[in-house]
Amino acid sequence: MSKARASFGRTAGVHVALIAYTLIALFPVFLTIANSFKSRNAIFREPLALPTPETFSLIGYQTVLKQGDFLGYFQNSTIVTVVSIALVLLFGAMAAFALSEYRFRGNALMGLYLALGIMIPIRLGTVAILQGMVATGLVNTLTALILVYTAQGLPLAVFILSEFMRTVSDDLKNAGRIDGLSEYAIFFRLVLPLVRPAMATVAVFTMIPIWKDLWFPLILAPAETTKTVTLGSQIFIGQFVTNWNAVLSALSLAIFPVLILYVIFSRQLIRGITAGAVK
Amino acid sequence: MGSLQLKSIRKAFGGHEVLKGIDLEVKDGEFVIFVGPSGCGKSTLLRTIAGLEDATSGSVQIDGAEVGHVAPAKRGIAMVFQSYALYPHLTVKDNMGLGLKQAGAPKKEIDEKVAKAAGMLSLEPYLARRPAELSGGQRQRVAIGRAIVREPKLFLFDEPLSNLDAALRVNTRLEIARLHRSLKATMIYVTHDQVEAMTLADKIVVLNAGRVEQVGSPMELYNRPANVFVAGFIGSPQMNFIEGGRLGDAQAKTIGIRPEHIGLSRESGQWKGKVIHVEHLGADTIVYLDTEEVGTITVRLFGEHRYAEDDIVYATPVIGGMHRFDSDDRVINSGQ
Repeated sequence: MSKARASFGRTAGVHVALIAYTLIALFPVFLTIANSFKSRNAIFREPLALPTPETFSLIGYQTVLKQGDFLGYFQNSTIVTVVSIALVLLFGAMAAFALSEYRFRGNALMGLYLALGIMIPIRLGTVAILQGMVATGLVNTLTALILVYTAQGLPLAVFILSEFMRTVSDDLKNAGRIDGLSEYAIFFRLVLPLVRPAMATVAVFTMIPIWKDLWFPLILAPAETTKTVTLGSQIFIGQFVTNWNAVLSALSLAIFPVLILYVIFSRQLIRGITAGAVK
Repeated sequence: MGSLQLKSIRKAFGGHEVLKGIDLEVKDGEFVIFVGPSGCGKSTLLRTIAGLEDATSGSVQIDGAEVGHVAPAKRGIAMVFQSYALYPHLTVKDNMGLGLKQAGAPKKEIDEKVAKAAGMLSLEPYLARRPAELSGGQRQRVAIGRAIVREPKLFLFDEPLSNLDAALRVNTRLEIARLHRSLKATMIYVTHDQVEAMTLADKIVVLNAGRVEQVGSPMELYNRPANVFVAGFIGSPQMNFIEGGRLGDAQAKTIGIRPEHIGLSRESGQWKGKVIHVEHLGADTIVYLDTEEVGTITVRLFGEHRYAEDDIVYATPVIGGMHRFDSDDRVINSGQ
């Protein structure tokens, strides 16, 4: 207690730094949301001002909802993100379990191979991916995006999860074997619940790049029916004229689904990040 | 209902051989303890019996049936682990019943067996709790209960008391001894603690570097160690080893005398020496002596004695307390 009081200055300093960082990080978000409720003139005259009764306008949201099928875009983004996360977690955890649990020739090499994707950006393979998708007739389908994002998310998932799975007690798995659990039951019923914090970490790290990606939707699925939110908002950004009301409104709307997913995972995530530090 | 036969079991990890040909026979109802320093292969041997590791060569037979390729769950064994290894998301009752449930036993039978095992271990008040809500001793009792419920041919214990504090260790040790008497089951127990080994075992198997050094009852190992390793490993404080030449014994390379087989006197005796350190334990007094004839030796006296550092004393070995070992460290004629 006395120690905590003695370091009051230090605590205050830490808080000031963290609050400053929070303000800097939240400022663009605040600006986006505030300006999305303003008229076009007000955005340019006073970009930093809050909407007042005179400048308040929903024109951006009206444009967004009128032009194009935004609800459809949201649906596409959500489907792609959720299915990709599910596949990344399932396959990533299975690969991680095999790497951490079984002794086989080339185990370390296989682990390195699976983690290689962390270091090599998947976009380098865009042309080949596009050719592959054209050949298999998957262009302009959500499946194409899901496949690419699953591949993109797996390396990090395997890397993080296999480290975590090594910490699960061998005795526990062996007890399960003696009690007659199959390897699948050991994986799903004993190991997965214990690495849940790590799964949440992986889910968040996987989710954000997928949600905000513009590259692959633009190349692999630009059709109206398969557009994602990020791609859909691009129609308001022109070479000469940009409809800022609409762009800001679209971006404001796009924040919310990912925010909800984040809140779902965050409780687990914080445990996942601190687990290593506390032990 | 549970005998075990091991025939030239070998186990290698990569190029490193951990078990170098183990032969062993365990009779029905015996309490056998594997003891040895860390890294001697005792846990690996237990895991091989359980089927958690496959032997590189050799055969494991339980009740006369070869089980080399039988899954752990089908071998009729139950195992208690050092880290308890309870399922964290299941209640005590479900933890204990899971093995039977997996084997497809009817619910009524599981309930009966769990209740019976819980009664034996006084675990009834805790059946609805989860492992996280139990103390270390309670968790280990649940782990033992989980083994009992399965009614195995063989109980396997992998250092079950190592994670418990000293007082609990003694209690749980008594509990295991009582359990062995009432169940009359065959038990195989791994430990590095020689007190556990001496107090619990019908038969001790001393392992060192992947080989069996000696098999025998606790008193056989204490009174007639087959070699220098066993002589040094069993007994605390450790046996004194003296070069044979110093005592004028041309045949024996090493002569061993247990600290409790040496008498001390202030007036006269065989070896004159100076006290370098004394440990007063109440029931025992341990005296470390620096002698001219035999170097530094340890003497264990029963009761309290008022020796102090730098006292000059005379040590005399008890007749029949000498163990003579040849140049291969094997016993020549133990106990003379």
